[in-house]
Amino acid sequence: MNVWIAIGLTTAGCYLVKLLGLSVPAGALERPAVKRLAALLPIALLAALTAQQTFGEGAALVLDARAAGVAAAALALLLRAPFLVVVGAAVLVTAAVRTLTG
Amino acid sequence: MTETAGTADGHGTQRADGDRTASVPRSDRAVVRDALGVGVAVGLSGFAFGVTSAGAGLTLLQTCALSLLVFTGASQFALVGALASGGNPYTAAAGAFFLGVRNAFYGLRLSELLHVPRALRPFAAQWVIDETAAVALAQSGRRAVRIGFAVTGATLYVLWNLTTLLGALGAAALGDPRAWGLDAAGPAVFLALLAPMLRTATERAVAGLAVVLVLVGMPLLPAGVPVLVAALAAPVVLALRGRVPARGGKGHGR
Repeated sequence: MNVWIAIGLTTAGCYLVKLLGLSVPAGALERPAVKRLAALLPIALLAALTAQQTFGEGAALVLDARAAGVAAAALALLLRAPFLVVVGAAVLVTAAVRTLTG
Repeated sequence: MTETAGTADGHGTQRADGDRTASVPRSDRAVVRDALGVGVAVGLSGFAFGVTSAGAGLTLLQTCALSLLVFTGASQFALVGALASGGNPYTAAAGAFFLGVRNAFYGLRLSELLHVPRALRPFAAQWVIDETAAVALAQSGRRAVRIGFAVTGATLYVLWNLTTLLGALGAAALGDPRAWGLDAAGPAVFLALLAPMLRTATERAVAGLAVVLVLVGMPLLPAGVPVLVAALAAPVVLALRGRVPARGGKGHGR
């Protein structure tokens, strides 16, 4: 049930912000401060999520094969690889490191 | 859903050299090719979401509902990640919601260009995400913008949901997704989204502070809360920096 609550809230929230963007007059959200914060908020969230899902094991911090995989993704990004290659590199390297290290 | 917006960095819209000049509207075919390129590449990564979601303990129905209804990839990955780590539904949904807020700013930019008829707005809204914005905003002329938005949106919506289903179904056959390295798909998606956004010192400072906050917070705070605390890196850095002119002005309203 908890999962459905989360799905319902996320669905409603994400849909409403999409609709809001298409519907409000252009000037409404164009204040510089709002725009800057809106640009920086996803950066903070994405950086935090990347770190959490790379090093997190429940509440503990661990260094495991995922770190190698995400490092491979970072390298692929530096080499301007397409999105699918970036994700693929992370998955393959993580799997390879796990296999090698048992 | 994924990166590609702010496509000055070569992600996403993979256009052949020389088939575009700044002011001449491109052929419909060229726009469709761009749209399909992005739609197919990103649509396929729905497979990773399906597997990740199933691995996080969500049912097939719940996993497919997320892709059908939420349809913005980063938020979906964030939600199942938070639920998997034992977060309560409210903090999990909050994290996913805050990630989705950026779509409002794409909508602002797109509404001026698309001029969606009022009756279609509720339907078009569902497709306002990173990739559709990236492809549409890269076009010139209303017709090209509309084609780019519609073709990218349709391709992605169909493929993303199809591959989500396949991933969720395949998860059982795969056994432990960790053995296949699929637990690295989520963070890789986030990183791919993040990379093109890190243009200025302010942006890098926000990212760095957010990483520190989340890593410090994880052992200390309840699941789901550390990410929300890390989001405070944005206003904190803004406050410390004062009024730094935002560069990278070609970003799409981020």
